[in-house]
Amino acid sequence: MISLPLLEVDSLTVDYRTRRGNIRAVNNVSFTLEKGETLGLVGESGSGKSTLGLSIIRLIPSPGVIVNGHIRIDGTDIMDLSKEKMRSIRGKKVAFVFQDPMTSLNPVKKVGAHFVELIRTHEPNVSEKEPLERAEKALTDVGILPDRINDYPHQFSGGMRQRIMIALAIALNPDLVIADEPTTALDVIVQAKILDLLKSLRNTYGMALILITHDLSIVLERCDKIIVLYAGNLVEYASSSELHRNPRHPYTQGLLKSIPNVELAQQKLEAIPGSPPNLLAPPKGCRFWPRCSFAQKKCRVEEPSVIELSSGHFVRCFGEIHNHERRHKR
Amino acid sequence: MMVIGLVIVLSMVLMTLLGPWFAPYDPTAVNVSPPPNPSPPSADFPLGTNLLGQDMLSRVLHGGSVMLQVALLSVLFCFIIGVPIGLLASYAGGLIDKIFNIVMDSFYAFPGLVLAIAVAAMMGRGVVNMALSIAVVYVPSYFRIVRSQVLTIKELPYTEAARATGAKGRTVLLRYILPNVVPSIVVVATVNFADAILTAAGLTFVGLGVGIDVPDWGWDLTQGRQLLPSGSWWVITFPGFMIALLALGFTLIGEGLSELLNPRLEQ
Repeated sequence: MISLPLLEVDSLTVDYRTRRGNIRAVNNVSFTLEKGETLGLVGESGSGKSTLGLSIIRLIPSPGVIVNGHIRIDGTDIMDLSKEKMRSIRGKKVAFVFQDPMTSLNPVKKVGAHFVELIRTHEPNVSEKEPLERAEKALTDVGILPDRINDYPHQFSGGMRQRIMIALAIALNPDLVIADEPTTALDVIVQAKILDLLKSLRNTYGMALILITHDLSIVLERCDKIIVLYAGNLVEYASSSELHRNPRHPYTQGLLKSIPNVELAQQKLEAIPGSPPNLLAPPKGCRFWPRCSFAQKKCRVEEPSVIELSSGHFVRCFGEIHNHERRHKR
Repeated sequence: MMVIGLVIVLSMVLMTLLGPWFAPYDPTAVNVSPPPNPSPPSADFPLGTNLLGQDMLSRVLHGGSVMLQVALLSVLFCFIIGVPIGLLASYAGGLIDKIFNIVMDSFYAFPGLVLAIAVAAMMGRGVVNMALSIAVVYVPSYFRIVRSQVLTIKELPYTEAARATGAKGRTVLLRYILPNVVPSIVVVATVNFADAILTAAGLTFVGLGVGIDVPDWGWDLTQGRQLLPSGSWWVITFPGFMIALLALGFTLIGEGLSELLNPRLEQ
């Protein structure tokens, strides 16, 4: 029996229909995620990584629309689900952790009330006391003293608030947690602690995790697979060890070169020249060519498609397509 | 500031509640003082008497009741009408929001008192009618405040987070947005009390208040104005002072509250 993947994103395309024109935020992205796997979604601001994350729970902010593709959770296409059904998935099956912990909690509600609200939404018949007991357990799991359940959000620091957000995310034992830049607003020490917390919770509860970030270095060591997005396009998709050892796309190579390494004393960090394209008028051909040092004539006119180099290693680049064809002819 | 305001308003309320026990005369009884009337302040009538020979001290002690009732009711009406439509219009957005905006803006086109007078003239005398006609004038300011707050709050991550946990639109609106809008509405309401009192006084002044058989500062103001040219300053001064003081009290509370709830204003 073939088991269905937990999450299957199939040629997903998302547009923002603005007054100034159509912005293709996510362009034909496909990937799958098995139960318990961790996936890193890496890209610069505007690369479509958050939009991709939000489309999984069908909460793309207006004027965003999914124009093409399918998202299947446990084999069910969520595009076909009613609003009611979709709501029952959010928080229960797929939980979301947002970027800014300072404003992600309702300032007028006690921490415990957030849990009561969440659990009541999905289990309306639950008793008065049970949500609070589960809240205490979830808070303990994330390293917050359970007796702080009656405190208000402003009584916690940023890192602690993010821990509370994570506790809320795991409270209903979801199959998938999507964390959208969970540590961007936090300092480096707290950042590492939060990421380690996410990882250990994943090990305890066996949930799958999508970690959305602009920082390739933090997902390299913590995720099973990595997707690199550039201007809405999937440019490379591989296991993290493969991506680290053998990056094939010039953009991924550039990102890896810009990560500082403490062991190399005389290392010179390299930045990728230029800036991401204006998505209202993306460059013709490959979206990366204006910044690519290997760009050929063909790259400027034709858009490369995604090819599978080796098992599980996908890349969207003409250079690789040629190498691939040459190898196969031989 | 807020403490002074609270002291003023609370003592006014106390005075209105306990006034009847202290009032030396029946405030509506005519000719309690022998003619000639109006007579200036004296030992028997500390605040003088009016043209009908009524004791001004008794009238001042009784007269706050109408003002306070009208102010309270009108603010209540504003709350009941302004807040829900503000919430719904701004949360729904689009065409509904536009229509409500146009309607509310059109209220602003009228001078407040004139609009209140028109509505009051249409509905007739009485405390409830006065309160309603004042509410018509001030509902748009509640609507605007609620709307602008909702527009800000509905973009904040915690409402998005609520939606991401599967909360319904109604839940988001009532449990996440409304409680965060309330502080701003409370500030508007307290400032509004002062406006309502002044508008109520204005309505009585043009003869749209309650009947003459009820002691009312606004009514005394109307009478006092006619007597002022002949030198009887006391008939208009004391009720006028009470109205101004009550309005000041509410303004001080409102400003104090808004400083407390929006600390940024202090800088």
